[in-house]
Amino acid sequence: MQILESGQGELIQPFDLDEFREWNRTRKSRKLTDKVMTEQEAIAQFVYDGCYIGTELYGTVRCPMSLAREVIRQGRKDLRVCGQGVLELDLWLAAGIVKKLDITYIGLEVYGTSACLRRAVESGQVEACVEWSNASISWRMKAAAMGVPFLPTRSMLGTDMLKYSAAKVVEDPFTGTKVALLPALILDVALIHVHRADRYGNCQIEGISGFALEMARACKRLIISAEEIISTDEIRKYPDRTVIPYYLVDAVVHAPYGSHPGEMAYLYGRDEDGIKEWVEMSKSAEGAQAYLQKYVYGPKDHAGYLEIIGSERLARCVDLRERRQA
Amino acid sequence: MSQLPYSKTELMICVAARLFEDGTTCFIGTGIPMLAAMLASKTTAPNIVPVFEFGGTGAMLEELPLAVGEARTFHKGVSALGICDTMETAQRGFIDYGFLGGAQIDPYGNLNSVVIGEHDSPKARLPGSGGGNDVGSHCWRTIAIMQHDARRFVPKVDFVTTPGYLTGPGAREAAGLPRGTGPMAVVSTLALMDYDPETCRMRLKALHPGTSIDEVKANTGFELIIPEQVTVNDPPSEEELRLLREEIDRQRFYI
Repeated sequence: MQILESGQGELIQPFDLDEFREWNRTRKSRKLTDKVMTEQEAIAQFVYDGCYIGTELYGTVRCPMSLAREVIRQGRKDLRVCGQGVLELDLWLAAGIVKKLDITYIGLEVYGTSACLRRAVESGQVEACVEWSNASISWRMKAAAMGVPFLPTRSMLGTDMLKYSAAKVVEDPFTGTKVALLPALILDVALIHVHRADRYGNCQIEGISGFALEMARACKRLIISAEEIISTDEIRKYPDRTVIPYYLVDAVVHAPYGSHPGEMAYLYGRDEDGIKEWVEMSKSAEGAQAYLQKYVYGPKDHAGYLEIIGSERLARCVDLRERRQA
Repeated sequence: MSQLPYSKTELMICVAARLFEDGTTCFIGTGIPMLAAMLASKTTAPNIVPVFEFGGTGAMLEELPLAVGEARTFHKGVSALGICDTMETAQRGFIDYGFLGGAQIDPYGNLNSVVIGEHDSPKARLPGSGGGNDVGSHCWRTIAIMQHDARRFVPKVDFVTTPGYLTGPGAREAAGLPRGTGPMAVVSTLALMDYDPETCRMRLKALHPGTSIDEVKANTGFELIIPEQVTVNDPPSEEELRLLREEIDRQRFYI
């Protein structure tokens, strides 16, 4: 197959499908073992300097914020990051722990562009930004989840996105038209926040699933944080609700309000004041550091963080939740 | 100059809302497109099917979403799936319209939301494509909604994030993009533009009330096609303004 165009972006996470298969065969237990642990234990055990890591969903929506803060607290650095994010990746950029980015979107949505991203990229602190569209990065994970080396797509064609990605354009051998090939993405570590999990890691998500199903199947280590730990009997009663089965999972962390200041569908809504506090403080490098001091380095763990937020504010978020229609 | 009873942003949202065709599937980007979709669903297009990239389809837009993944993007929706489903749905031709924004637009409707300056040493790093590139690649017709000034309407965007007509007629198909797709309109704070079918270049279609052709030209960094007939958009109606201010953006995030 003739390569018509090659993106000049770095493939910052090269992959080996047979090695991934071997990993899944030898390093992922099929046994039902209790994987419940704390944020500290999970990050200490599975996240390492220089690893390729991703978070799901993003910043203000079902985001593993308690895990993201713990990564900073433990001083992990030189991370290569799968970059679809809002608050969580903004915090990492502010903490200076991101070395390379497969970037799709890092911004503050309704509040505009990210000052942390600007500072980190424009200063050269982030060494590489490889561009992908949201669909492309998800399909890269889907390729890994399928166990195939690439997926073809008609996204990215004809644009600078292709040029600054690590995708390739080829002539489709069946129809002769141009198609972009997206390389599989196998993450070293993925962090996903869910509504419920049992102690073994069988997970249920309510509302949209974002790219959780793909990411969970495209990583070597998967840390789940869950609003609630439920019994396996409950899981087995509704097996159709299990979107991430236990054998994909390495750690289960009980993290109530784990997405705060973001939302969790049907459980709690956004803490707008909490989000705005980051928006305002992150405008300057000093402000961002002060925020990290207050909310990340200050509290010893997630329980300490929730103490700072206070039960009154959390109750207000619960009031604002999306409600199922009667 | 007398004070108008509405802002340029409100007018832009109203003109954009009137472009929604009832009964169609519409990919909605974050920000102003959400307000336009809400206004359309409460006025001229009650049966649009909003699609939000992270998985929400067919939501009843009762409260303004502040994020493309939040629960309001699938409130009373028909499905809450994931990004692969919505994007694959677009890629196989099921999404009629895409509404999006950007930092820069060029005469062919190409949009930039990645960098100002050089990619590897940017003057300003912008958030990135998000779903913008996918929406512009796969939806049948795309509509850009933007502030109108010469820094945004430029002869050449610094980085082509979302494909418009690329370099002109036939360029999308030559690049491998789906046949028959492309930009349809631009709604700005000054006017409504469409594209000349011969050259694929942006063309003035209708001025906003109180705006002149000279003002539009002065705020456009490239030569805009000015047809002989240029109409004037209706100003926001009292009902449109009431909906925007009292129901859609009560907290004034955008208006």
